[in-house]
Amino acid sequence: MKVEVNDIRVQFGGVMPLDGVTVTFPGGTCGLIGPNGAGKTTFFNVLSGYVTPVNGSVRCDGVELLTMPDYKRARWGVRRTFQTEQAIEGLSVFDNVLTVYEHTAKGSRAEKKKAVDEALEFCGLLGVRDQLVRTLPAKERRFIEMARAVVGSPKVVLLDEPAAGLPDEETNELSVIIRSIPERSDATVILVDHDMALVQACCEWSAVLDFGRLLASGPTGDVLRDPKVLSAYLGEDEL
Amino acid sequence: MGAIVKHKAFEPGAIAVIVVFALFVAPSIFGAFWITNLTQMAVFSVVAASAGMLYGRVGLVSLGQVAPYGIGCWVTMRLAYATSLPFPVLLLIGGIVAAVIGMLIGLPALRVSGLYLALVTLMLAAALETVLGVLKFPNGGSGFSGVVTSLSDLAPMRRPGFAETDPAYFRFTVIVALLLFLLAYVFLAGKPGRAWASIRQSEPSAIAAGIAITQYKLIAFALAAFMAGVAGGLFAGSVQQSIGIDQFSRQAALFLIAVVLMGGVHTLWGALLAGFFSKVMLDLLTSYMVGGQFWNNFSLSLFGFGLMMNLIQSTKAMEKKGLLG
Repeated sequence: MKVEVNDIRVQFGGVMPLDGVTVTFPGGTCGLIGPNGAGKTTFFNVLSGYVTPVNGSVRCDGVELLTMPDYKRARWGVRRTFQTEQAIEGLSVFDNVLTVYEHTAKGSRAEKKKAVDEALEFCGLLGVRDQLVRTLPAKERRFIEMARAVVGSPKVVLLDEPAAGLPDEETNELSVIIRSIPERSDATVILVDHDMALVQACCEWSAVLDFGRLLASGPTGDVLRDPKVLSAYLGEDEL
Repeated sequence: MGAIVKHKAFEPGAIAVIVVFALFVAPSIFGAFWITNLTQMAVFSVVAASAGMLYGRVGLVSLGQVAPYGIGCWVTMRLAYATSLPFPVLLLIGGIVAAVIGMLIGLPALRVSGLYLALVTLMLAAALETVLGVLKFPNGGSGFSGVVTSLSDLAPMRRPGFAETDPAYFRFTVIVALLLFLLAYVFLAGKPGRAWASIRQSEPSAIAAGIAITQYKLIAFALAAFMAGVAGGLFAGSVQQSIGIDQFSRQAALFLIAVVLMGGVHTLWGALLAGFFSKVMLDLLTSYMVGGQFWNNFSLSLFGFGLMMNLIQSTKAMEKKGLLG
């Protein structure tokens, strides 16, 4: 499912975190990379409705997202995770995922249970299903956020540094999950991360932001070799 | 499989023990003075539970929970004199009127949050104090306000026919309070409770889960106001006449939040503790200890101290979690 972003402009006083971004995410798992302050999180915030752009449109599946109230976008199918994980501490793992499902989909009690358990299984969380999130370590919390993002039928999944703070081994586990999201629910995944290995492992296609503008987009391998990207973002000596 | 952790808000076994004690043991071992005290403890526990629920479960700092309490008290009293409706129906109407007014006021109040919500709701309590100061509580008279003009018309408010005596009314209060606690539990354990937990932790995350935040905050306000409103009606039936507006003043509003925080806002037990602190402990100290008035002041200082300790502790806990970082 394509996500067509057209001329998004965001202004905070004299600062322009996004300055006319036009890009079409082709579907599957897409990377969105760029240095700190490039506008990646602002871009996600525009898509989920926390930030209202002064100009632009985001069309997906024939629907204009930007005119929808924020919580209705979630009901339509926009899901996201946050840089600092936001699993609900006071609820059990099951209830965490159920909360998203019951607000974004309709179904009988049995259907709810089935959908939530499927998402938990997908993220390898069935073993801690009934535990309180407060008692769980960082890895599980990150994976709970993933389960919240994939439960039911998401259309666009925004992952904001989902591997932040995870050791390599767990990041690998996470990348397996991220790669399988599109085939599981036919959703377009947009992955923001500074871990280039993760982006390369998950994304065939990537876009690069710098200073609120689109610097490059295309197959991830090509984008990462692009001289503009090298000089602006990675620095020559890093490769 | 890991250990199963359930909500600790409500342990059925412990509840059963308390209810059995209250219904069958307490009325036969305590005299009229303590029965009245315990009745008011039950009433106040419900008010505390409503305020504690808003703060502890939804994250709304409302200092105005005395307002629906007062509204429920006034409406139930007025209707008790004016109509012959059964008492439980009066309580229900009192609760519903309080909930509707609570929601109407809640709607604009929800545009602000945190400290500002606290201020707006405190002003709400102040406004009610002013209105009640003019209207006064009904005492058997006619007209809208139901205030008598001659002493011969003065009449105590009626109680339910099956609970005329103090011990019987105490039992009735305990049962209604239990039903209100159960009502709160049903909400907390269901879809609203999960939505509230999300909202309390992070509004952006709640939005990302598709939760209509304003709607769920309004549900919380309505439920809390309903509980406090019914409690107000129970209070009216307990005192029966010459209710002073000091029960519903700004000072009472602050006192309420102090004992609620001291009792603890995360479980419904805290509400019971808050009721105990505010209605029973004070009288225990002033009745059985030498130097009554000293203990009165001592208790008030204790509440202040407890409130401070509570805030320091919760700030420390937040720092540990990194919320302030």
